Amino acid sequence: MEIVDLNGITRVYRSGALAVEALRGIDLQFSEGEFATIMGPSGSGKSTLMNMIGCLDQPTAGSYYLNGEDVSRFDKSKLAGVRNRTLGFVFQSFHLLPRTTALENVELPLLYNSDNLSWKEIHSRARKALEIVGLGDRTDHNPNELSGGQQQRVAIARALVSRPKILLADEPTGNLDSRTSFEIMDLFQKLNQDGLTILMVTHEPEVAAFSERIVTLRDGLLRSDKKVTPANAKEALANWIDQEDLEIENEMKL
Amino acid sequence: MKISAVPYVAIKALSRNRMRTVLTALGIVIGVAAVITMVGLGQGASSEVKEQVNRLGQNVVLIFPGERQLGGVSIGGGSANTLTTQDARALRDEIPEVIAASPEVRSQTLIVYGNRNYHTRVYGQSHDYLQIRQWPVESGRMYTEDEVEQSALVAVVGQTIIEELFDGSDPIGETIRVRGVPLEIVGVLSRKGMSLMGSVQDDIVIVPYTTAFQRISGRSHAMVINVQIYDEQSMEIAQAKITDLLRERHRLAPYQENDFTIQTQEDVAQAATETSRVMTWLLASIAGISLFVGGIGIMNVMLVSVTERTREVGLRLAVGAKSPDVLLQFLIESVVLCLLGGIGGILLGVISTEVIANYAGWPALFSTEAMIVAVGVSAVVGVFFGFYPAWKASRLDPIVALRTE
Repeated sequence: MEIVDLNGITRVYRSGALAVEALRGIDLQFSEGEFATIMGPSGSGKSTLMNMIGCLDQPTAGSYYLNGEDVSRFDKSKLAGVRNRTLGFVFQSFHLLPRTTALENVELPLLYNSDNLSWKEIHSRARKALEIVGLGDRTDHNPNELSGGQQQRVAIARALVSRPKILLADEPTGNLDSRTSFEIMDLFQKLNQDGLTILMVTHEPEVAAFSERIVTLRDGLLRSDKKVTPANAKEALANWIDQEDLEIENEMKL
Repeated sequence: MKISAVPYVAIKALSRNRMRTVLTALGIVIGVAAVITMVGLGQGASSEVKEQVNRLGQNVVLIFPGERQLGGVSIGGGSANTLTTQDARALRDEIPEVIAASPEVRSQTLIVYGNRNYHTRVYGQSHDYLQIRQWPVESGRMYTEDEVEQSALVAVVGQTIIEELFDGSDPIGETIRVRGVPLEIVGVLSRKGMSLMGSVQDDIVIVPYTTAFQRISGRSHAMVINVQIYDEQSMEIAQAKITDLLRERHRLAPYQENDFTIQTQEDVAQAATETSRVMTWLLASIAGISLFVGGIGIMNVMLVSVTERTREVGLRLAVGAKSPDVLLQFLIESVVLCLLGGIGGILLGVISTEVIANYAGWPALFSTEAMIVAVGVSAVVGVFFGFYPAWKASRLDPIVALRTE
């Protein structure tokens, strides 16, 4: 079943007499349980497409069925509900609230949940989400006490806490070093194996290599869409040789 | 949004920036404290005025010569010569409700004792004046009715005179000279303190009015007649009887206006409390302005805070906050800020009222109404000045907000 179904999606930005077509008729489907990457140079419209899929933006023309519902007809308030329950967001710059513990950061989406969960339920769900990303022992740390990789894990826990259908990651490794990037990809592959649909935007081919499908955009049009055999992040990490270690080794050889 | 999460999120946001929260709330603290202090002091002053009016004596009416208007109460000397000592005597003898009546004549003059002199006020009064004023003698005695009849050369003096002329030693039996007239001191008045108008009441020499009229002032008519009525219930009827009697004695035809004015303690009290009420309002409105300025401070900080937290707002919107949730969050933040300020203001206000009242020697009065109003006003200030920034935050586009650096 297609969880994301985009048909003839167009997005035109108007400023005065000038009109810029960011998306020019995109037909694209993602099935439940997929781990796909959207690539493309800057200006190709990949961010616009991501905002569209993330229900942060509405198409100028075309229809968007998310989980069987035509969300392109939804009003702002209903879209906020969809973002809260069906989608989870991970950003390049983490977007954690400063001077706020990891646990409270993760709890944030649940405060806007319409189920009116008890505080006990909110705390236990947030704790569980932090355990999933491997930060069960860091619940009381503020973002400035965590490394970049740990901060991104907190952000992923925040995306998972409302038990979404799809995880949307916009350049999730853009602010991380290679090793930490691989760790995040390892986490993504694990979550994907447990059935979570993951859509990721990146411009790094070595990161995209961990997904099973790569969609490329150019000038607002779909350029290529191919299935690939994903690299295994766990293996990549096991074979990881630190650049520093390499240098030390070279020095010793000399 | 979860209802209990609304104040939680607001308080979290405020505690994330403690220094700014405290400084912003300070504007409201000062505003509320000022309102409470001003109202408290104003009420303290009013009650002090009432207290002093009561000290003028119980159930006392003053009769002034000439027509006066009630609105412009003035305690100046009589401008007309219509009241005589016989009028005073007639009031006391012919109206049963009147238990004492003292025709008053004042002179500002020099008194001499030995080689010392002192400028003071000499009052001519009847023997029952002290009873009217409820003013006991501290030592010695008040002169008698007989002494008044005989225009005896006697005087009763206030505490200030003892200090100025006798260095605090007992003056009874000593003789002072007033305009060449030797007066024997027979009594010393107990300390009375400041009057309503701010003069020192102890700076006084009281002599029989007969002596004052004939030997000291050179006047023939009373400036005021001090009258004491039997009890409060008789006040109204006594005033009517006094009016009738004086009109009859002055042979006024029905078409003629009264040539005297009756003034009660209530009239004096009213004029005095009116003054202090106006002062209270004046001070309270100045305090109100400082509350308003505090509110503008809050709006300023909230506006900066919204700009600064654009990314946070973007994130909240992305994870499912609706516009009203964001509006409510910022609004509650500003209201909580103001309420914190309000509570701090009450504490500060109570302390400063206590301190100032203590210093001024007034009773410190705390009006619960003023506190409720002050806190209510600060909440309203919070909503009013918090609304625009909150509305601005709620209108942010999540995509743009997330991209903001």
